[in-house]
Amino acid sequence: MFLRAKRLGALALGPVLMLVGLLCAGTAAAASKVNEVNMSPGATSVGQSIFDLHMTIFWICVIIGVLVFGVMFYSIYYHRKSRGVTPATFHESTKVEIAWTVVPFFILVAMAVPATSTLLEIYDFEDAEMDVLITGYQWKWKYEYLNETGDNVQFFSNLRTPQGEIYNTEEKGEHYLLEVDEPLVIPVDTKVRFLVTANDVIHAWWVPELAVKKDAIPGFINETWTHATEEGVYRGQCAELCGKDHGFMPIVVNVVSKEEYATWIGEKQAEAAEIKKLMAQSFTLDELMERGKGVYDRSCAACHGAGGEGGLGKPIAGSPIATGDLSGHLEVGINGVPGTAMQAFGGQLNDVDMAAVITYQRNAFGNNMGDMVQPIDVFNHKKG
Amino acid sequence: MGDHHHGPAKGLSRWLFTTNHKDIGTMYLWFSFAMFILGGSFAMIIRAELFQPGMQLVDPLFFNQMTTLHGLVMVFGAIMPSFVGLANWMIPMMIGAPDMALPRMNNWSFWILPPAFLLLASTLFMEGGAPQAGWTFYAPLSTTYAPPSVTIFIFCIHVLGISSIMGSINIIATVMNLRAPGMTYMKMPLFVWTWLITAFLLVAVMPVLAGAVTMMLMDVHFGTSFFSAAGGGDPVLFQHVFWFFGHPEVYIIILPAFGVVSQIIPAFSRKPLFGYDSMVYATASIAFLSFIVWAHHMYTVGMPIAGELFFMYATMLIAVPTGVKVFNWISTMWRGALTFETPMLFSLGFLVLFTIGGFTGLMLSIAPADFQYHDSYFVVAHFHYVMVAGAVFSMTAAVYYWLPKWCGRMYNETMGKTHFWISFIGFNLTFFPQHFVGLAGMPRRIPDYALQFTDFNMMSSIGAFIYGSSQILFLYNVIATIVAGKPTSDEKVWDGAEGLEWTVPTPAPYHTFETPPKIDPVHAHS
Repeated sequence: MFLRAKRLGALALGPVLMLVGLLCAGTAAAASKVNEVNMSPGATSVGQSIFDLHMTIFWICVIIGVLVFGVMFYSIYYHRKSRGVTPATFHESTKVEIAWTVVPFFILVAMAVPATSTLLEIYDFEDAEMDVLITGYQWKWKYEYLNETGDNVQFFSNLRTPQGEIYNTEEKGEHYLLEVDEPLVIPVDTKVRFLVTANDVIHAWWVPELAVKKDAIPGFINETWTHATEEGVYRGQCAELCGKDHGFMPIVVNVVSKEEYATWIGEKQAEAAEIKKLMAQSFTLDELMERGKGVYDRSCAACHGAGGEGGLGKPIAGSPIATGDLSGHLEVGINGVPGTAMQAFGGQLNDVDMAAVITYQRNAFGNNMGDMVQPIDVFNHKKG
Repeated sequence: MGDHHHGPAKGLSRWLFTTNHKDIGTMYLWFSFAMFILGGSFAMIIRAELFQPGMQLVDPLFFNQMTTLHGLVMVFGAIMPSFVGLANWMIPMMIGAPDMALPRMNNWSFWILPPAFLLLASTLFMEGGAPQAGWTFYAPLSTTYAPPSVTIFIFCIHVLGISSIMGSINIIATVMNLRAPGMTYMKMPLFVWTWLITAFLLVAVMPVLAGAVTMMLMDVHFGTSFFSAAGGGDPVLFQHVFWFFGHPEVYIIILPAFGVVSQIIPAFSRKPLFGYDSMVYATASIAFLSFIVWAHHMYTVGMPIAGELFFMYATMLIAVPTGVKVFNWISTMWRGALTFETPMLFSLGFLVLFTIGGFTGLMLSIAPADFQYHDSYFVVAHFHYVMVAGAVFSMTAAVYYWLPKWCGRMYNETMGKTHFWISFIGFNLTFFPQHFVGLAGMPRRIPDYALQFTDFNMMSSIGAFIYGSSQILFLYNVIATIVAGKPTSDEKVWDGAEGLEWTVPTPAPYHTFETPPKIDPVHAHS
């Protein structure tokens, strides 16, 4: 019996001690993210406040836990029948019962004070120096810079990890599943306001080290902000179940110096101007097919299959739309099919990419229409 | 004579047409165990896929179907029916009633369950697959973007709701009308009290869930836009309605577990329950608070700060009555004469692990900190500590505690204790590391994860396989007891047990308390 009581004690207290031990170890080894056991204070003062709050409440819980379990294990050890004790018969004590109702209440009040002040800090949206509109799509993020200097800069951010790594045919890279083709870039020491929304289902934009998590809800625009004080690359993920590839829509934020940011936004604006120029051009079938394959793999393959065989979406190979009337095909691509998971891609792809991918779909996977779409056709279709 | 004291009918019709509370209780218990195994096997698939990074066994869409069905089957198929089964068996025997008040409805409320779950499971084989939007099925993922099987799912939810409401009405009617003379409310065993309060919660919130799924049905098939912003609706409305059901729901699951533990701890402490009155009031307070805290599941949807503060303060308050309960249980043990048979071990496991789940719950209630915890594995760890170590451990304790009374045979104590220790170790190995990966940034409901989470996920999977396989031992022990356990005819199987159920013969005959027992006016509740 002695052994059993001791074992019971060891195993039940084990989790608490393990947590404490690991949290201490974790702080020491914070440099490496592998097997991290605790929240990161991250790169913002809000993150630090949240972390402090988290640790305060954690330690309050540990202390209460040690006291409560301490009494319990004392009882388990000393009040065992095998020690020949006779059970007491008391079964109430108004004084004690009032005490353990009132005391916890005041402990809670003590917790509520810092919690309220941190919350007020988070809800202070004033004085943002720039705005970024974040839109969640199945299964990628779109970033639009809304302030004056950011005009015209908008892009999608897709998972960059190759399928081979996911399906175990290639060695997994260091940032497996946490890498994107185009990261969000924001300047350091700047209060950046994020306006968060979604195009289809609910997503949530979460970057732990920037202390931001906000639901992206279709039809609503939520507000949140960050103020990073350290340059670096911060990685996060979609936090709200959003369908098949919920686990495959990471977020990468590059926090760079203000100078670097200015250079970067300049380049992005030049790129946008370049696309505008391309939109006025005509392309050969080969050029469209080549560009179209890239667009297809990024934007269509997740639902329609890498080989056009279908999946969540209908097959493209032999599809009556892709092998039918050109304007019908453009209509589906640009405006989607309402009430289904087929989104309107007119706002997601520029006219060049749209022309390319429609052309590609009509001439790949055994579809052999021989016709092609130019950016101007897309433009005209959009105009109606 | 034979007309008045007949036993059960023979064959299948005994079970199909029975109105006997013990038969119906038995069916509920076996059914919920079957669902526990089914929901558990879904969990095993989830943990097998998450054993290492990369996609190995299933595709992401099927993974989502597994997380969804695991949650639905465990909540609605395993935990809730198991406690209804226990209520059926025990409430009449605890209050000195001959049966449930509405026996035919009792039969009906059980028998609509198996077809509902058969339908739900069959969605796995439908085109587009089973529901895949999580057990919380947020719109519009569960409406506009759902597979066709969502319609079947909505039908199943309606049936489960009807079953729960009928079961609850029955419990309320039984407790209010069939108590033996002298069994006043404040003399009822705590298990009866917790179930009475739970039944009121169920009657209040199951119709709300029915409303939510009906609105989904309208959106999917009849062109309405309750939850679609494009048509003037509001996706967040779904969450408000769902959690107005969903938060009381978690107390629906845990309150009967409190009741069970409040029966078992005094029995093995050989000392009356400490603070009976405050236990009743604490249960009622928790039930009341459960209605005004729902939006703490939605801190990140973009509520105004006044909303955040209200729901945060209200949620924190729940710690007070919950704390009272934990303190009462420990005071019950204090200066008792403790022994540690299997039911007591599971109750102590409950006490420790549920308290840990309560601590993480308190942490989650802090809105600003929740911005980091929300939808991460920290939440997964938290609710498994209260659902599995809370509800399932206490249910397991209840089976070991009352099984000898039910079948007149003693289970194998060594095997029971082994079951406990394997469960305890397996459970903690599964869910404790999930706190870490959650805090470190791993979102829930993902089929694949970044490399830094590998080791803890591997531990978690190994723990899950251990916990899962320990249930086979449990099943074996229960069957071995029923078939060939050591016969016992002691009315009081446990020397410290109190209550009317221990005054009837062992095994409990088909009909008990055909004439009401005499209640000792001085000696109150157990």
